[in-house]
Amino acid sequence: MADTALTAPLRSPLSQVAARLAAATRTSRGAIRLAEVPFLAQINVRLDVKGAAADAIGLALGLQLPLEPDTVVRAGELTVLWLGPDEWLVAGPTGSERDLERRIREAAGDEPVSVTDVSAQRTTLLVTGPRARDLLAHGCALDLHPRAFGSGRCAQTTLGRAQVVLVARDEPRAGFWVLVRSSFAGYLADWLLDAATEYV
Amino acid sequence: MLLIPCPWCGPRDETEFHYGGQAHVPYPEDPSALTDEEWARYLFFRDNPKGPFAERWSHAAGCRKWFNAVRDTATNEILAVYRSGEERPATPGPRPVRSACPGVPPPGESEDKSPSPSSAVKGTEPLLDGTGESGGGTAPISGSAAGRPFRHPTRGRIHRDTPLTFTFDGTEYQGLRGDTLASALIANGLIEAGTSIRLGRPRGIFSAGVEEPNAVVQIEAPFPEPMLPATTVELYDGLVASTLPGQGRLAGEPDPARYDAVHAHCDLLIVGAGPAGLAAAAAAVRSGARVILADDQPEPGGSLLGTAEHLDWVTDVTGQLDNAPEVRFLRRTTVFGHYDDNHLLAVERRTNHLGADAPEHVSRERVWRIRARRVVLATGAHERSLAFADNDRPGVMLAASARTYVNRHGALPGRRAVVLTTNDSAYDAALDLTAAGVDIAAIVDTRPAPGEWAECARQAGIEVLAGHAVTGTRGDPRLTAVTVAPYGESEGQREFIADLLLVSGGWNPVAHLFSQSGGRLRYDEALGSFVPDTCRQAVEVAGSASGALDLAEVLAQGAAAGARAVEAEGYTPQEPSLPTVAARPRPTPAMHVYTVPGAPDAPRFVDLQRDVTVDDLARAAGAGLRSVEHTKRYTTAGTANDQGKTSGFLAGGVVAELLGVDISALGTTTFRPPYTPVSFAALAGRDRGVLSDPVRTTALHEWHAAHGALFENVGQWKRPWYYPRDGEDMEAAVLRECAAARGGVAFMDASTLGKIDVQGPDAGVFLDLLYTNMMSTLKVGMIRYGVMCRPDGMVLDDGTVIRLAQDRFLVTTTTGNAAAVLDWMEEWLQTEWPELQVHCTSVTEQWATVALVGPRSRDVLGALAPRLAVAKDDFPFMAWRETTVADIGARVCRISFSGELAYEINVSPWEALTLWQALHEAGSPYGITPYGTETMHVLRAEKGYPIIGQDTDGTVTPQDLGMSWAVSKKKPDFIGKRSYSRADTVRPDRKHLVGLLPVDPAVFLPEGTHLVADSELPAPPVPMLGHVTSSYRSATLGRTFALALIKGGRDRIGERLYAPVGDRLVPVTVASPVLYDPEGARRDG
Repeated sequence: MADTALTAPLRSPLSQVAARLAAATRTSRGAIRLAEVPFLAQINVRLDVKGAAADAIGLALGLQLPLEPDTVVRAGELTVLWLGPDEWLVAGPTGSERDLERRIREAAGDEPVSVTDVSAQRTTLLVTGPRARDLLAHGCALDLHPRAFGSGRCAQTTLGRAQVVLVARDEPRAGFWVLVRSSFAGYLADWLLDAATEYV
Repeated sequence: MLLIPCPWCGPRDETEFHYGGQAHVPYPEDPSALTDEEWARYLFFRDNPKGPFAERWSHAAGCRKWFNAVRDTATNEILAVYRSGEERPATPGPRPVRSACPGVPPPGESEDKSPSPSSAVKGTEPLLDGTGESGGGTAPISGSAAGRPFRHPTRGRIHRDTPLTFTFDGTEYQGLRGDTLASALIANGLIEAGTSIRLGRPRGIFSAGVEEPNAVVQIEAPFPEPMLPATTVELYDGLVASTLPGQGRLAGEPDPARYDAVHAHCDLLIVGAGPAGLAAAAAAVRSGARVILADDQPEPGGSLLGTAEHLDWVTDVTGQLDNAPEVRFLRRTTVFGHYDDNHLLAVERRTNHLGADAPEHVSRERVWRIRARRVVLATGAHERSLAFADNDRPGVMLAASARTYVNRHGALPGRRAVVLTTNDSAYDAALDLTAAGVDIAAIVDTRPAPGEWAECARQAGIEVLAGHAVTGTRGDPRLTAVTVAPYGESEGQREFIADLLLVSGGWNPVAHLFSQSGGRLRYDEALGSFVPDTCRQAVEVAGSASGALDLAEVLAQGAAAGARAVEAEGYTPQEPSLPTVAARPRPTPAMHVYTVPGAPDAPRFVDLQRDVTVDDLARAAGAGLRSVEHTKRYTTAGTANDQGKTSGFLAGGVVAELLGVDISALGTTTFRPPYTPVSFAALAGRDRGVLSDPVRTTALHEWHAAHGALFENVGQWKRPWYYPRDGEDMEAAVLRECAAARGGVAFMDASTLGKIDVQGPDAGVFLDLLYTNMMSTLKVGMIRYGVMCRPDGMVLDDGTVIRLAQDRFLVTTTTGNAAAVLDWMEEWLQTEWPELQVHCTSVTEQWATVALVGPRSRDVLGALAPRLAVAKDDFPFMAWRETTVADIGARVCRISFSGELAYEINVSPWEALTLWQALHEAGSPYGITPYGTETMHVLRAEKGYPIIGQDTDGTVTPQDLGMSWAVSKKKPDFIGKRSYSRADTVRPDRKHLVGLLPVDPAVFLPEGTHLVADSELPAPPVPMLGHVTSSYRSATLGRTFALALIKGGRDRIGERLYAPVGDRLVPVTVASPVLYDPEGARRDG
């Protein structure tokens, strides 16, 4: 729906916080970088891996759905997150949600696959920089050390008091994506800015 | 905190999981075939065994999968996990018990354990004018007034070039950087530290560490803080402190400091940076393992700082640790709790020692939540006191603590000391103090033959009284004289002039954390104390915490424990270089003494902080108390903020003597976290104020705030409550908003409603099982109201069900229940009906929802949705349409929660503000009015629509709500159906939801008001008929009204009841819950 004819600019959940995130990034002098990555296309896919749909959808998207828990697979502009043994989140560039949903449905054919556009359900925060891991450790009980949570890892867990999906970005220094429910995004941004007090 | 291994995601903190009760209790095949008793058994009865128990868990904050776990209900260990639908595996036994000190031979085979005297005594020059009188003299000791400093000229790790000014009890003093408040007081010749809590007796500094029972002070500046041991307060410039008569005083103003928390993970956590802990760290430092070393002092060394031994080695190891990339050395950090699965909590004091110079943005204290694969506890030992007559005078001090003051702080706690001991360790202290210029008048040893150590002391010119004990003290208040006599006798007394009495009653391993971790202690005959024995967690104890008192053994144990730990985690340890410990005199076994007889009227204190004496414990024993846990509670011994660190075991020894039982059989009291007091501010961390709970907001939140909305908390959501205009109170604003909705047009942000996308070929079947009414017959394009119940038949939630396609529905839930309903759906799907092909996905935030309400709502919608046929017949009640509204893609539903013509417009939240503003503009000719939750509540209550959770409380059936029409008679089964034929749910006197009209239309009934039958209250107990669940003023009705749950309410319509409000009984009339437009004429506008 977001990619229907637009007459007004889209407003992301953290559009009002962007300046504060940028200011914290600036004053940290490279220690951390905080920014919203708004409007990513996000499609929730549910299917039984014992059927043929997983391979068909993988083929259509040019990748293999990750079967190992808490891992991601990337191909081109797409990132696919394992959310459960029968659940994935396909993330793509802004505005591609309709196309993605259609491609996945077509690939699934008659298989019982659930495909749901959840692009606005969560927004994404970029947390990077040399102190990114220290920053998240203030509120995340998971071990985010590269030995335990390196490239290719993702996890649904709690950050501060909000549920999030954490994704380790490609390179060890590239930090994290933090996907958060839109209604919690303002709280989480406040929490991150507060936790960053000693780094900015 | 438990680590629960999710079968999919692996080990996660228990807070990510929801408990689901006993596993393998399947939903009955045919509930209708069961008797009431069989059904009740399914509903209400579960096993509750001690031992392994199969139960259901959901990884709620992770993959949302339900699974089964076998948990030992006695030990809380998770023995096995398996996926839903899998067979319960053979239950493995509990985790094996491990030895706390695997390298140490079992008791009876151990080498002699002996304390280590200083081989190379440092700073041997005596003090100026040191008194050199021999024992038994009567000349008074001259104090600092005579001009002799109490600061040793060379000893101590203080910075002599950094003087600090502080104020104690109103007097200004000088100290040095490196001092504690206690050492600075001692260096100023002071040892008195206030009076005791119960008896008001003068007390003095008793120890040099966290075990301090006496010198508990109030910090006044820079920020008030109560009850800190002066022995743990690092001195800073400008410190203002005062003595406390037992109780502290909280600050009246908010603490401006920042407190925070951080999670940490490691392969090995070492607690304590004394000789054992440093040796363990040295063995692990280059292995590549992730190591955390935590120590409560500002600098490493532990007991070596007190003995001034091997400090070069300490510096060398510390340098290695500070340079190792995967090693974190936390100084000033007290590990205070050891929980399940090696989860340990520590508090780091980061800026306390900086006083007023502490930077504002740096947290003052930080709580570390450490998850360690392995733990080495190198927590040391506390010296024990003895219960002798008048043993509480200022000047009585633990022997090793006095030595610490001399070596660590260069502070001399006295001029002339008598030493009372039961073991070798005090000799080491006495010799060292002699070398530092403290005159040792005599060493009084209870042992008849103290052996080689006594010989050493005699060679150094110290009188040793073997087989003697202290029988009394004098002083006013500070100690001036000590009386000694042969142990156990009153004849042969001698008095020694002394201003210091050093006591050593033996050593207690600091087993607090080990015990908290679930470890068992055993009595060690050689040590005369309890030592760590076995534990199920991956924990080792090294050094004197394990009972080893010989330094070489301590170092070897530490190195071995560190090496074993990292090796077990797959890393290669290295052989650390350990200092060479010089040869010692041959040890003589300690004598296990707790009480020493004295003058009958002189108190013998066991717990100094609680003023508990031997006589108090005797009274407890006389009252028949036989357990240390009971004597503790009876006498309060061990319950002060020092938690009995110096007295707990002594109390046990005294009780054992009184009862005539063996102390090994008596055991210890339970060690519970925290090891030392932790402030609430530190525990709260950042989880306070606005960050104490997440605030959830909708995409329209800023518009509401900018337009003056007051907000109501609904779960974690902030919802507009009402929008007062100039000078309006809530009553006026809500009457105005209601009038707009009933008379013109009004709109509300309904985005917080839970929304769940239900997809799959079996979606209809699934919803038929879930809801009380039939959903599978709903046509695509239409909407149905539904009620969801629990198996016991009580209402769980309600909402609408929209059929989007043949195999796809959109379900809405109440705002507060969205997560619970999704979990409920997943629970049934995953655990009972896995064969159904259907998936549920939350889309609550995927949609923003605006309710457009009122007779003019069709005009407003029609103006903005040119492609939508809005006429009544084109777009009937309970239909939905896909269209554009204000050029925004929208799903419009004809739903009404007010009885008026109304629409719910769903759009992307990214465009919600555009839609809202367009509605505001298009509606302005009709006076469109934003309204909040209060108006919504009034409008729905006028129509008798219940709010689940407000008008229901988990004991209400759909029939009780008058919603039999929503309970299918056709479906063979659905959740709750069988319960509607239970005897309890067909009682005629169940509480029904009805309307209430106060006879006086201006009287307002507070929610929760009870209802009674009579106009006069009978004597209690008063029979209650029910209570008010909702109460409002109605603009439409021109009066107040309420909804209430009343016994047999529907049969009472028209009856007069009474509501006690304050002192009055307010007469009310029972009415139908539908008070407005009962024929539903307004629904279509």
